[in-house]
Amino acid sequence: MSIMDNLFQRTLEDLIKGLRLQLVGESSFISKALEEIRREIKSTDPDTKSTALQKLTYLNSIYAVDMSFAAFHVAEVMGSSHFSHKKIGYLAASQSFHDATDVILLITNQLRKDLTCGNQFEVCLALECLSKIATLDLARDLTPEVFTLLASTKIHVRKKAIAVLLRLFNKYSDAVKVCFKRLVENLDSSDPQSVSATVGVFCELTSRDPKAYLPLAPEFYRVLVDSKNNWVLIKVLKIFAKLAPLEPRLTKRVVEPICEHMGRTGAKSLMFECVRTIVTSLAEYESAVKLAVAKTREFLIDEDPNLKYLGLQALAVVSQNHLWAVLENKEIVIKCLSDLDPNIRLESLRLVMAMVSENNVVEMSRVLVNYALKSDPEFCNEIVGYILSTCSRNYYEIIMDFDWYVTLLGEISRIPQCQLGEEIESQLIDIALRVKDVRPRLVHVGRELLIDPALLGNPLVHRILSAVAWISGEYVEFSRNPLELIEALMQPRTNLLPPAIRAVYVHSGLKILIFCADYFLSKKEAIISELPDPSLPAYTDHKPPSDFDHNKDLYVQSADKLADEFHLESGGETVSLGEISSSVSSGKKMALQSLFSLVNLVEKALAPFLVSCEVELLERARNIYAFSELIKQELHGCIRTTESISEEDKQKNYGVIKAMQDALSEELVPVSISAQERVHKPDGLILNENLSELQLICDDLQLPLPAIFSLGDRNSKGRIVTSSNIQEKGDLPLSNESTSLLVEHRKRHGLYYLPPESIDVLSNEYPPANDSKSKDYLNDEALDLAILTEHSLSSKKKPTHNKPRPVVIKLDEAVEVRDVVECFEPKENTLFGAVRDVLHGGDTISTLPQSETSVSGSRRRGKERISGSASKNMTSTENIETGKSSIRKSKTRLHGKERRHRSPGRNSQKILKEKTGQVAVGPLTEAAETSVIPDFLL
Amino acid sequence: MKTVEKQHDLIRSVYGVLSSRAETVSNFVNAESIFGPDARLVYKHFATLYFVVIFDSSENELAMLDLIQVFVETLDKCFKNVCELDIVFNFGKIHTVLDEIILGGQVIETNSTEVMKAVDEITKLESASSAISIMTKSVSAWRSR
Repeated sequence: MSIMDNLFQRTLEDLIKGLRLQLVGESSFISKALEEIRREIKSTDPDTKSTALQKLTYLNSIYAVDMSFAAFHVAEVMGSSHFSHKKIGYLAASQSFHDATDVILLITNQLRKDLTCGNQFEVCLALECLSKIATLDLARDLTPEVFTLLASTKIHVRKKAIAVLLRLFNKYSDAVKVCFKRLVENLDSSDPQSVSATVGVFCELTSRDPKAYLPLAPEFYRVLVDSKNNWVLIKVLKIFAKLAPLEPRLTKRVVEPICEHMGRTGAKSLMFECVRTIVTSLAEYESAVKLAVAKTREFLIDEDPNLKYLGLQALAVVSQNHLWAVLENKEIVIKCLSDLDPNIRLESLRLVMAMVSENNVVEMSRVLVNYALKSDPEFCNEIVGYILSTCSRNYYEIIMDFDWYVTLLGEISRIPQCQLGEEIESQLIDIALRVKDVRPRLVHVGRELLIDPALLGNPLVHRILSAVAWISGEYVEFSRNPLELIEALMQPRTNLLPPAIRAVYVHSGLKILIFCADYFLSKKEAIISELPDPSLPAYTDHKPPSDFDHNKDLYVQSADKLADEFHLESGGETVSLGEISSSVSSGKKMALQSLFSLVNLVEKALAPFLVSCEVELLERARNIYAFSELIKQELHGCIRTTESISEEDKQKNYGVIKAMQDALSEELVPVSISAQERVHKPDGLILNENLSELQLICDDLQLPLPAIFSLGDRNSKGRIVTSSNIQEKGDLPLSNESTSLLVEHRKRHGLYYLPPESIDVLSNEYPPANDSKSKDYLNDEALDLAILTEHSLSSKKKPTHNKPRPVVIKLDEAVEVRDVVECFEPKENTLFGAVRDVLHGGDTISTLPQSETSVSGSRRRGKERISGSASKNMTSTENIETGKSSIRKSKTRLHGKERRHRSPGRNSQKILKEKTGQVAVGPLTEAAETSVIPDFLL
Repeated sequence: MKTVEKQHDLIRSVYGVLSSRAETVSNFVNAESIFGPDARLVYKHFATLYFVVIFDSSENELAMLDLIQVFVETLDKCFKNVCELDIVFNFGKIHTVLDEIILGGQVIETNSTEVMKAVDEITKLESASSAISIMTKSVSAWRSR
């Protein structure tokens, strides 16, 4: 059977050919092949078996076929005496074995055998396999063999043994104790390949935990100065990039050789690494940075897109500390914005954004928006995203003119492919809440967006519309024409909006309606109670309802007039009583008319929602519907005579409208997320106590709670009602009462309120509105970004702005900083501990879990001995186990040596020769943290 | 099994990114979205052959580009003008070459002549051992008759 199998077995090549012939139904072919493999792999013939395994490995790597079932066969083939079979077995193991594979426990001896084998290529197979699959057990058990190989005379083996150490250290940190010294010795090796591999290992180790390797700085320094190999130099530079920030004296030493390499080398890779090292870790050396930036410029002007890309990256790093470097190259950077390569475009965009400051943000943003309009959707969104994040950075730090910024947001919203609706939405609302001065402009910008029916057709804009709808409702008092807003909110195309956003629309509609009704009615009260007009009695007392139509026609005026009137007063301007009286006589009837049509419009638009399946919509629509009924009644009351309906009814209706308006006019202010934390628990208060007795106390107290409770003293804040100093009699005491209550409460419980930093939130004065816009910037469309950056960045002085920057309310800045928590990774700590133990020779107990049995414990001791002993000819495990020299003894010896080195008047030449020993095992326990690097280097 | 599937997912994502890139653009791709933080990707293609290297901040971007060159040079020496079919049919050999250049994620050899020396030795060993096995097999087959 084995012969037949062997003769007719498909080889890997046959399998591949077969697979390539399959145009469709590859999977059935594979499952058939897999069936064959499952049979063949059980064969006793090693050739058949290994060929089957080879095919399986291939299918696994290309077609993701499961090969875990063959794990045992993999171990068998690894043990074959034929090199070709063994190689197949090792490849299969490297590819399919992982920490959870059971069979991995069975290959330890096989690996040991191959690691100690005379054939260097078999040794290499084992090393390659170990570098990929070593587990804790394998690493622990095979460390002695790898240690021996570190001193192999065959370079080919030695460099691989060195590279394997990284995996061993990661898996089993005690391997450091055994192998570290020999690893360090390899830095000194005469063979460049070993040095290269060693530096590679240290580069990886250092990148994870630089501090532990600081004592080796002299070794690395020597490699940096002596090596001619670019690969090695790149790795050493990477090591120094990590070490330099930890030790200022070190930077002083390395900056010169690095600059030398940078000037001398022709290899772009090494040059780039030098540049990167300088700009990341040696940024305080101006002259070095200047050189590096000059080199970066060479990269930038190169035709090769790779170099250009890397140059831009280097520039981005350098820009953090040296913005002048970007400025020097700004023409190139800006040219890259229109590069073909998306990578390059993105990098240059980042740099352009780095150049943005409060002085040029207006112009830069405009030019960038123009770029965005011309770009493909993806890059357009990148640009817009960067504009948004840069402008909003640190509470809109660079924005001086918020009117401009919200106008820009409005413009951006109209870019058809802009997908950042969510971000714009949150910024609009955020600004509305934080910056009071900008609200009039926000409402204006919102209006522009709301009244445009075309925008409703673009789902990407819906979130933004939701935000501006909310703003329009919340800050309707700044609107020039609330009626137009309601029309916009109720327009037929709003049926294109998702229900959640329509709900916002409807609710905003309600707010605006209440505002209009309240405005009209308060005005009416004013007329009746305070300003008897000669024309008024004729209208209110004697005109029968049928005459109203006639009168109405007479007084029909455009809605715009009303709007202007709204604006006049909402702007907080003082309107003399005389002016009011003259405008009221005509305005009243006009407003009455428009209010009627408004209510009718709302009712008509909302009719479909009254049976909507969306509860949010249904509920809100019903609210507004009920409210419009109320207004109608009230308005009818006006049309008839004030006397024809009972004073009581009228008062009631108006009271409701008034209350609604009061409730809505309460400003939403941001509350610090840590507000609760700042409240100190009074002494003796038990928070979990049952509060049932509270009811009794409350009954006794009989708090004078008003039916309508206004929380804030909003009525004095330039609201229409109060700006004309007309207040309904019944409402005034209520409001005063609640205000006084609030004041009293505040006095008593001051600590429950926001701290002084946010006092401006509660202050009653609005800073003056920003009506005079600074237009001293150039308005030229074709203005180049380069010119923009010129003056603003080079000059340090702040520009003179025509107007003060509005207050931006910030909260919780301190809290965010406090939240930073340091964390350590336990595994790295273990490795760190091991390395520190070896480097500093501290007799600290291993941080490894003490899971090892006494057997492995004794073995470890054996290993320690070997690492301490100078004898290098011990190659077998037996020798290690019986090694006699004591680590403690050698340590003491070295310790003594070290003492001598530290004594004054030392011979640096001698130290250089012996520093390997000193650095690797010399105990430096007495050395303070600051002098981890031996002084002779510094 | 899971890891193999993950590997294939990654290969598909990389393919998706690379196949949409123009001819004249740079060889670097932001790979953090595919491979996680600090991952970089460099690729190079020769006719229909694409070579992709994924690496982290411990490597130099341009050096990785050079490494692809070393790898391709070595393959060229192996197969005399390497082409797609060479790679398709020489699964084992590609691994041999790669193992000489990279071990456990670290670059250990960057000289294609050195790599070739080792690869040739290994190939020699392989064919020697398989020749023996074929001979012994045929002898045993003849005997069993």
